[in-house]
Amino acid sequence: MSSCDSTATYAAKDFKSDVKPVWCPGCGDYAVLSSITKAFADLGLKPHETSVVSGIGCSSRIPAYTNTYGIHSIHGRALAVGQGLKLARPDLTVMVAGGDGDGFSIGGNHFLHACRRNVDLTYIVMDNRVYGMTKGQPSPTTESDWDASAMAPPGGTGMTPFHPLAIALASGANFIARGFSGDPNGTAQIIAEAIRHPGFSFVAIMSPCITFREEQRDWKNTMRNVNIEPTTDPAQAARRLMTDDGFNCGILYRGNRPAYGKEKKATNAVSDLDREFTL
Amino acid sequence: MTAANMFLDAAAEAGYYALFGRSSGPQIRGGEAAALVRLGVEPITSVDDTFDIMLAIDWQGVQRFAAELPLSKNSIVICDPSAGDVPDVYVKTGAKIVHLHMKDLAKEIPGGRPNMIALGAVAELIGIPVGPLTEVLGKSLKKKRADAYEASVAGVKAGAAAAATLGGAKRLAAAKAKDAKRWTVTGNYGAGLGAIRGGVRFCAAYPITPATEVLEYLASALPKVGGVFVQAEDELASINMCLGASYGGEASITSTAGPGLSLMTEGLGLAVASETPVVVVDVQRVGPSTGIATKCEQSDLNIAVYGLHGDAPHLVVAPNSVGDCIFTTQWGVYLAESLQTACLVMSDQALGQSRAIIDAPADVAFVGKRLVAEAPAEGEVFKRYANTASGISPMPVPGQPGCQYTSDGLEHTETGTPSSQSSDHTLQLDKRQRKLTNFDYGNHWATIEGEGDIAVITWGSCTGAAREAVARAKADGINAKLISLRLISPIRPQHLADALKGVSKILVVEQSHQGQFTRYLRGEYDLPVKPESLSRSGPLPMRPGEIHARLLSMGK
Repeated sequence: MSSCDSTATYAAKDFKSDVKPVWCPGCGDYAVLSSITKAFADLGLKPHETSVVSGIGCSSRIPAYTNTYGIHSIHGRALAVGQGLKLARPDLTVMVAGGDGDGFSIGGNHFLHACRRNVDLTYIVMDNRVYGMTKGQPSPTTESDWDASAMAPPGGTGMTPFHPLAIALASGANFIARGFSGDPNGTAQIIAEAIRHPGFSFVAIMSPCITFREEQRDWKNTMRNVNIEPTTDPAQAARRLMTDDGFNCGILYRGNRPAYGKEKKATNAVSDLDREFTL
Repeated sequence: MTAANMFLDAAAEAGYYALFGRSSGPQIRGGEAAALVRLGVEPITSVDDTFDIMLAIDWQGVQRFAAELPLSKNSIVICDPSAGDVPDVYVKTGAKIVHLHMKDLAKEIPGGRPNMIALGAVAELIGIPVGPLTEVLGKSLKKKRADAYEASVAGVKAGAAAAATLGGAKRLAAAKAKDAKRWTVTGNYGAGLGAIRGGVRFCAAYPITPATEVLEYLASALPKVGGVFVQAEDELASINMCLGASYGGEASITSTAGPGLSLMTEGLGLAVASETPVVVVDVQRVGPSTGIATKCEQSDLNIAVYGLHGDAPHLVVAPNSVGDCIFTTQWGVYLAESLQTACLVMSDQALGQSRAIIDAPADVAFVGKRLVAEAPAEGEVFKRYANTASGISPMPVPGQPGCQYTSDGLEHTETGTPSSQSSDHTLQLDKRQRKLTNFDYGNHWATIEGEGDIAVITWGSCTGAAREAVARAKADGINAKLISLRLISPIRPQHLADALKGVSKILVVEQSHQGQFTRYLRGEYDLPVKPESLSRSGPLPMRPGEIHARLLSMGK
């Protein structure tokens, strides 16, 4: 594990740690982990120059399961931590990963501002439309009438589900895609494209929770690859996103905004700053 | 305010030291405001009990300031009769009231303004020559607006000439020659400069009164030295962006005030648990809640020391003068980087937003340096949270091969793997406490001045008033020792015990209704005697006379 150097090439397995995941058997997140590490390897990245940053939740455990640099931070704050890291260290590949509760509920404000700030990083949300770690509460993406859990109010929340992709587009994200954990190779390709694309790339990956949302096993029959050309036109992308049923996978929008941040370049010595205060 | 800043510049030019605070209401722009200036031939770190001169250009909203503008029968009130009668609150002080027809005098000068008449008059009354004034006017106006410059110079001269006939003025002692370089700085800009001197190259912050000038300074200064500034969407983002940047190897800082600090406490806990260096400058204002945003209080002490959940040892330091905001922030960065934890720099509104003329501060050698990790031998696992004797574990910089680890707020083993074992928890708790307790903080833990039977223990902006009170008491034959704590947490039991040797009485001075500092000292230290407490709330500043009166009664 410690044998990383600058000339070696790395396979997907080199990006995995030997920490055993806490995930339930059959959880979609195992496949997402494989897609991420495959994408890292396919891009020729090096574990010590790559980082995975997360918040709190089932899927947010992912940094410990990779052999990259990583931060398992606090609930909802993954994007803030990840943007700070990338702005301080533009040379690193930064991926931020987590779940729908972490990203869209407690972390919702950071999601909006990360989209519009457009820092060059990739944000993966493993969406299973439920809080798994706390045993089955509805999340922002849960269907309004879902009440199959004792943790959900009878009849469901009655609230319109959050539409992460449409909100990402409206907020200024530069790359928007949907993947499915049941298609690890296709998802790995999408992730690799997302990492390559400048600015803020958002990839929603439908990843079933077979413990609290058993019906999501059926996603393998409903998720479909759309194989359409990604549009650079936000209006066309909006139409695409607002008319889809949530099961279309692929790269749905590819913007051309330059990434946030200026080159770090010192023009003054620290002692030059004294001048402003000297009488 | 413009005229007041020019006045200060001219006083500095003439060789005086100064402290300049401002008072304004909650208006967004314009409206009534008061400039509170104290000048002297020695460095000034405190407001006085009363003002010698009050110059009122008008009386608009003056009731709001009444308590902040204490006068005595020795004071002079200069006012324009055309602005109406002097309010009763000032008549009652017995101050001498003199009339200066600022409006009329200004009218005689093309483009003339009453504030320039006022500026000339005050300068004349206290003995600042017209030369430095015109020089200052030249610096700010000559290039841009020659006509405004001419009008201003004429106004200042007319004001000075008129004031010469008023009589009864208090003239300052002649200023000493400027033998060393002098600086003009606010505490908030000073904190920003200290941060950069200490090695900070990343700041994410969200605007909040009275801390905004820290981010204002860093937003323009950081890029010049190759650093990054981000205006975050909120304080949650501020602190967490700083943690990400710090993990990446850059010393990071954010600044805020009480409400923002409340939002940051979860992030501070992550800094402690994951051992990620970060500095937060808290410019304290009056709380709780939104409180009084533009005024000073020292009532964030409890949240600073005790606000984090769990057992979360961290650093709390406090500057004790406007100039010391530079040093203490720099030192705070050095400590956070050395000890891989959160450091709160507890400034306050009276320090942060006051402008002072000071001797140029020394550029001290505290630049944050982390204990850098080396890659483990082949086949060995890197231990990010290694249980070292000092408690400080080597910390890698991402990009370094072989040291990949996950920084975690979950309790963890020495390698960083999450663990719920009690043995791991105890080991890491011990380690995180040990590194703070055993560190050598040198003699910067406190500012200690004088000797005496009485010790005055204080912190932050109360220090200046306490210093002046101790000096007055000495003139009365009462000897007191001033101890101003710069290192609030962790405690230094032996150091304070040594400093209190021979002391038979203790007075604790602070600006908190609950006496938070007194309680902290009594709870954390074995004091040799039960201290007396002079603690009261903001927003009025602690004045030397209050402390002096208490010292007189204690010295009987």
